[in-house]
Parts: sequence; C-alpha cells; structure tokens
Amino acid sequence: MARNLLLHVRGLSKRFGGLQALEEVGISIERQQIYGLIGPNGAGKTTFFNVVTGLVRPDTGIFELDGRAYEPTSVHRVAAAGIARTFQNIRLFPDMTALENVMVGRHVRTHCGALASVLRTLAVRTEELGIRQRSRELLEYVGIGHLGHLQARTLSYGDQRRLEIARALATDPKLLALDEPAAGMNATEKLALRKLLERIRSDGITILLIEHDVKLVMGLCDQVSVLDEGRIIKEGTPAQVQHDPAVIEAYLGRAHVPA
Amino acid sequence: MGSLDTFVQQVFNGLVLGSLYALIALGYTMVYGIVNLINFAHGDVLMVGALTALSVIALAQAMAPGASGWVLMIVGMLAAIPVCVLLSLLIERVAYRPLRNAPRLAPLITAIGVSILLQTLAMIIWGRNHLTFPQLLSSEPITIGPATATATKLLVIALSAIIMVALLLLVQYTRLGRAMRATAENARVAALMGVNPNAVIAATFAIGAALAAVAGVMYASLYSVAHFYMGFIPGLKAFTAAVLGGIGNIPGAMLGGILLGLIEALGAGYIDQISNGVFGSNYQDVFAFIVLCAVLILRPSGLLGERVADRA
Amino acid sequence: MNSVPLNLHQHRRSALLATTLIALVLLVLPLVAQWLGPAWVRTFAFAALYVMLALGLNIVVGFAGLLDLGYIAFYAVGAYTFALLASPHLTENFPSIAQAFPGGLHVPIWASIPLGAAIAAGFGVLLGAPVLKLRGDYLAIVTLGFGEIIRIFLNNLNEPINLTNGPQGITLIDPVRLGPLRFDHTVSLLGLQLTSLQLYYYLFTVLALLCVLVCVRLQDSRIGRAWMAIREDEIAAKAMGINVRNIKLLAFGLGATFGGVSGSMFAAFQGFVSPESFSLMESVIVLSMIVLGGLGHIPGVILGAVMLSVFPEFLRHTVGPLQMQLFGRIVVDTEVLRMLLYGVALVIIMLYRPKGLWPAPQHGVAPASAPPSAAQPQTGA
Repeated sequence: MARNLLLHVRGLSKRFGGLQALEEVGISIERQQIYGLIGPNGAGKTTFFNVVTGLVRPDTGIFELDGRAYEPTSVHRVAAAGIARTFQNIRLFPDMTALENVMVGRHVRTHCGALASVLRTLAVRTEELGIRQRSRELLEYVGIGHLGHLQARTLSYGDQRRLEIARALATDPKLLALDEPAAGMNATEKLALRKLLERIRSDGITILLIEHDVKLVMGLCDQVSVLDEGRIIKEGTPAQVQHDPAVIEAYLGRAHVPA
Repeated sequence: MGSLDTFVQQVFNGLVLGSLYALIALGYTMVYGIVNLINFAHGDVLMVGALTALSVIALAQAMAPGASGWVLMIVGMLAAIPVCVLLSLLIERVAYRPLRNAPRLAPLITAIGVSILLQTLAMIIWGRNHLTFPQLLSSEPITIGPATATATKLLVIALSAIIMVALLLLVQYTRLGRAMRATAENARVAALMGVNPNAVIAATFAIGAALAAVAGVMYASLYSVAHFYMGFIPGLKAFTAAVLGGIGNIPGAMLGGILLGLIEALGAGYIDQISNGVFGSNYQDVFAFIVLCAVLILRPSGLLGERVADRA
Repeated sequence: MNSVPLNLHQHRRSALLATTLIALVLLVLPLVAQWLGPAWVRTFAFAALYVMLALGLNIVVGFAGLLDLGYIAFYAVGAYTFALLASPHLTENFPSIAQAFPGGLHVPIWASIPLGAAIAAGFGVLLGAPVLKLRGDYLAIVTLGFGEIIRIFLNNLNEPINLTNGPQGITLIDPVRLGPLRFDHTVSLLGLQLTSLQLYYYLFTVLALLCVLVCVRLQDSRIGRAWMAIREDEIAAKAMGINVRNIKLLAFGLGATFGGVSGSMFAAFQGFVSPESFSLMESVIVLSMIVLGGLGHIPGVILGAVMLSVFPEFLRHTVGPLQMQLFGRIVVDTEVLRMLLYGVALVIIMLYRPKGLWPAPQHGVAPASAPPSAAQPQTGA
C-alpha cells in the first residue's frame, strides 16, 4: 500500500508554548500527485510546511521521503534529500538577477569547491556552463526566460512567484512544496500557474501545495487534506472534501452546514 | 581563617566592580531594548564624563583650595552629567537617528566610527597621556567584618544601589517609564497611542549617558586614572554584563553587572592558585571576554531573557 | 547571452588596455617614489599589505556578510608564527630547540608562509565554528572579544614559558630570502639598483595581485553565489540546499588565511613584532578601508585600502609643516589626525554613501515599464 508513496508523514505534533499548532498530523502523498493542503487561516498549514522542510523542529512525528526515513532537522539536508519549497511571502535574493537566483538553486546538485574555483579547472568551467545552461532552461520553462538579466526585486509579483518556482526546480526535487503560490494572482495568472504545475507534474515531480483558492485547488489537485486548528479533519478527493460537513463547518461555521 | 577572609574581600571587591558594571550596562541594555542598537560609543561617553569631571575638579580646586573632597566629587559629577547627556543626545540625533531603518550592521559601523571620533576628541583636548584622577575621599581603610573598604568603594556601592532603585521606580511607575517600555516593545503601536518615539528614544539615551557619567567619575576615582582609551574595556565588560542578564532587560543588566563583577574579582583573586601560577591576575580582563563569548554562544538570551523590540 | 560579438571585442580591448596601464604604473611606482623619498616606497609597500588585508576581510564582511571586528587576530597569528620560525627567539628560550637547530631557526618562506597561513586558517575555523550562527551585531562583538583575548595572550605569554616575549615582542626576524636574494639589502637587478623597500614593494604587490585573482575567481563561482545568497536571505539559502554553516566557515577561514599571509609578510618586512601592532584599532582600520571603498566590490576595496593607507602619510607630510606655519606648534598630532580620519570616514560614509565610494554597479537594470513589485522579498533576519 505504501509502495508508491513519495512523502509519508505520521503523528506529527508541534506545540508552541501554550498553542498546540499541530496535533497527530499525517499525510500520504503518492508519486506524481498534486496534493493540496487547505484549511482556514491559522490552521497550521505553514507550520506543517516548516516542519516537513526542516525549518521548525517537531515534538513528535515520523517522516519518510521516497521510502527512506528522514529527520527534518536540517533545512539544507532536506533540500538535498529532494524537497524544495517556496515561501508564502516570496523569499528571493532581491539584488541578484533572476538567472543568478536560479543558479543558486543548482548549488545543491553541483559540487565544485573553493580551491577548484580559484584554479578554474576544466571541471569548474564545465560545471559553470552546465549551471548557466540549466538555469536558463528553467527560466524558459516557467515562462520568464526573457527576464533572466533583471534584478529579482524589479520583477512583477507574478514573475517573482514564477522565479521562485524555477529556483526550487533547480534543486532537482522529488517533491515541490509550494506555499500559496497563487496568492495575489489574477485569473489569467492563475490559469498559467495551473498549466505550469500540471506540466511539472507530468515531468515527474510530485507537488504539495497550500492554497486558499478553492477553485484552483479543486481543479488542480488529485487529493486534498483539510487542516483545522492543527488537526486533519478530512482527506480525500476534492469532490469528497468539498461537500463534507466538517469541512464546511470549519470554514464557514455551523450555520452553513446543509441540513 | 585566612581563606574565608580573602573570599569575603574578593566578594566585596566584586560588588564594587559589579555596581559600576551594572550602571554602565543599564545604558547599553536600555538603548538596545528600544532601538536594537549596540551603542558602541557608550564606553567613550563614560570616558568623556570622567575627563570632564577631572578638568572641572582641577578648576574647582584651583578656585577653592580648601574645598572638601565630597564637595569636589559632587561638583565633578554635576559637571560630567550634563556634558555626557548633551553629547549622547547629539550623537543619537546626528549619527543614529538617520540610520534607524537601515540594515542592522550600518548603525553598528557608525557607532564604531563615533567611538573613534570621541577618542580622538579626547586625545586633542586632554592629550594622550594617562592623567591622575585625584583621591577626593579619604583613603583610610574602613573595616567591615573581614573585608577592608575605602570611602570611595562604599560610595560606589551605595550610589549605584540608590540610582538603580530610582531607575526601576522610574521605569515602572512614571509616565516616561511606561512610554519607554511601550516604545521598547513596539514603537509603531506606541506612537499610535500618542507616545513620541523620538522623544522617548532621546530620553533613553540621556538617562544612559547620565548613568555613564556617574560611573565614569567613580571609575576614575577608584583607579585614580583617566585617559582617552579608558572607556573601551569597562564598556565591553558592561556590554557583556547586559547580555549576561538578558539584553533589553533592566533588572537583567543590574544582575548581570553584579554577577560579572563577582566573577571577575573571584577569578582574578584565585586564578593564580587554580592554574598553579601559569596565569596571573594580569589575565583579569580575559574573564569578562570569556564570559562574553560563553554567554553569546551558549545562552544568547541571557539569564533573565531578552526584551527586544518586535521587528514589525 | 545578449552581448553582440563586436561589443565583446571592444570590451576585451579596453580591459586589456586598462590592465597594461595599471601594470605599468605598479611597475614604475617605486622607482618614482624613491625619487620622492624612501618613506614613500615604504608607504606603498604597506598599501599593498593593506590591500591584502582588506581583500581578506572583504571575503568575510563583503562577500559573506559577517561582521568580524577581531580580524587583526589572524594577522597577528601569521606574524607571530613567522616570527617564531625565523628568529632567534625560540632557540634562545628553549634549549631543546637550540639543540635541534644548531644553526638557528631560519625556516624558509616557502614553508613559513604556508604554515602561518594554515595556522591562521585553523584559528579562523576554531573561532568561527561556535559563533557564526549568531546574529550580526552579536557576531561583531564576539569576534571583537576574540581579537582582544588573543592580544592579551600575546602580551602575557612570557611566563611561565616564554612563548611570545610579552610586550617586548620578538625581534631579529629574518627578512625574506628568495634564493640568493636577501630582501634587506640593496640588490642589483636588470641594471637597476633596487633598495630593500622597493624589493618588498614588488613582492607585496605581486602577492596582492594574486589575492585579487583569488577573490575575483571566488566571487564568480558557485561558492561566491552561495555567499551572496546567504547575505541576502539566509533562510532561503538554506532552503536551496546551501550548507550555510560550512560556507560561512569557509569565508571565515579564507579571510583568516589572507590575514595569516599578510601577517607573515609584515613580520619579515618589519623585522620585529609586538602586541601593540595588533590592537582593535587595526581591525577597525581595515574595516574602514572596505567600508569606505565599497563593501563587497573588489575594485572598491582596493581603492579604500590604498586611500586610507596613503592619505594619512600624505597628511603627515603636509599637515605637520602646515600646523607649524600656522600655529608655530603641532596642535593635532598626525597620529591623532589619522585616527580622526578613520572615524570620520566610517560615520560619513554610513550616513551619506553607505555603499561606499565605488560600489558594485547595480546589475539587472529594471525595464522601463516594470510595475513596482507588490510584495518585497524579505531579507533574512
């Protein structure tokens, strides 16, 4: 049953002082799924992300990526293991160009060190060309190939979001974790994002996303989990989740549950 | 017998030192709590206070040769305090305020520059040599149990204690104190409540400077010397004390100061024995630095916890 | 890649021209300076030394964004290592060493410089490992503390075993020796008489140029990008798989290495070392050089180093006599003036030109019709 699971999390709990942010949370994402994590504000979605990617240490929890257990204690090791993420508030490197931002993403899959760089060995020159090439390809892939030479801080909001995705893809991830990638986008941009994510999935990468846009989630995701006050209250297909009374109550209050 | 006496003496010495460190540390901690800045120039404000007092006392002695030491001491402090306060306000206005929203390292670098400028100023006005600070109070030993003290040392402890109590009362019960605490926690919201952040910040610097002035005069009296570089080491040690107690935390600075004084006095007193003569008391300053590094590495929030502004 | 081949050619040609011009100036400078006075040659030699120091600190502060206020400690370690390996101090104070080296300790520079560099790097890693996770201002203070601790130890390690000779320092340090050439004599080379100062100038300039090369190559490398990423947003850098701790340590260690090499050269040049030369003020001087010149920008850093090492000397030669003329006496000592200069430089630059006199050109020009970004990318805390 767990044969095809890319990410398997069980029993994740995290308390911040008096607040139980996450309680016994579990998630099972199959390979090449687009998995949605939704829930009202403050439910703990970003905390969940932060734990899975190593930014926040959990109190309890078992984590498996691609069949192998991992300890989410070190952010850069999680990235090396194959989980790449974007951030709710966009964390680009503002003074670096778009291309350079993506090139930084290649860091974890390349390895030329200081000495080799100083000596400019053949290996270094080859690797640098490869990094530059691949980064340009990724910029094209997300649709901002023509903006590579611009400083990241000068890009439009939508382009910045796409750049962040390109940078995450540069790490050759198995799982792409996106924290509200559609926030602040208009309908056209959301459509383009949806196309991009479907393309990423069909190219072999599994996607986990936090989103508030219900329509986007329902149209895009294969499976959805609903988080409310730190607990998973429902998981299933978008259709199943949409009509579940507990979910409706969590979002809109008891009065809105159809009798 | 002998060793208990030594111990009590060292504890007393530690209290004297610690009181001074506490006074100076309060300046660092209040400023850091309110504007997230290490006021690198704080130790040099102390130095200016000491040297100003020196000059004024020399002048007073020339004009009224029979004046008592206590009077001269008071005159010195009363002269040093306004000079230091004005200097500190000037520095805040000219060098720190424009950089309040700059990336964190910019104000620190500027503070270093201001520190150097103050030292240069002192070099020009008072020269580069070590100047003798006169023994104003009698140096007759006063025995308190097994420990020997002097009038100056007792003054340090007493005056520091009074000032610290006064400061706690000010911060806790006065309007200004409330405004300081509010601005330290969240300047933007405090402003919405009618607090003028610039005025409160200026007041914080002023209070810290006044404390430094008093500490400077007493430091110079204790060691009978004043010179342009005298602020650096006590300044660094006092910052250590502030971090030890929890930066931004006023009782923390007091606790940290006393504690650091005790550590230093006991350490310097016993290091000879502990290290079998390898390290002598000339390594005294190293203690404070080791405490600094240890605290920052192992428990950067300090003993009583930090109280720094929310980065809104 | 949107540069037209023709532009590239022009760019290459002007770069070549500039390089040849600079090379020529550097080559001829000491010969001209000698005519002005040997003190000037010494100044330029020190300028080259400061360029090395500044480049080293730039790796730490400018590239990696770590404010190190105790940088001079690595300079001290390099200097004292060289001093111990190439002077009579150890043989005079430790009979066992005197026996092992009957002819005296005269470790040649091809061994003592790498050793000095390695030991300095070791100190860098040792000091850096526990502290690099601290936030900016705390890191600054801790490194300051470390610098002071090292200075105190250098000042006091003359009992019970005399390792550093305390405040008197170590004297009679061997000069640099390249084969038969001894750098403390005037030498005949290619028909020219080159004084000791001029020889050291050339050596230091070559070393400084090597340092520049290393820095340029690092800046445009995978490591250089990682440093910049850490500087801009440490959390995002971690999320991209950058081992932030190790990369910071690398910067710290490399900076220390530069310091160690410069320190060794300083010891050989000066012939003696004492703890006085390694105070906090020296760390601040190097910091002001890179801040004034342009933090993180290699040409700017060089400019700052040259300016702040040459200008005080220039002042010494002009302000002194000027004061004598105006006031009949020296009102402000040139040493004081020098310190004043550094203090003013730091404050004025931070207030009015925080990026320095010659900052890195903003790359990535905004397109004319770009709307302002709705969300500002967050910088790391």
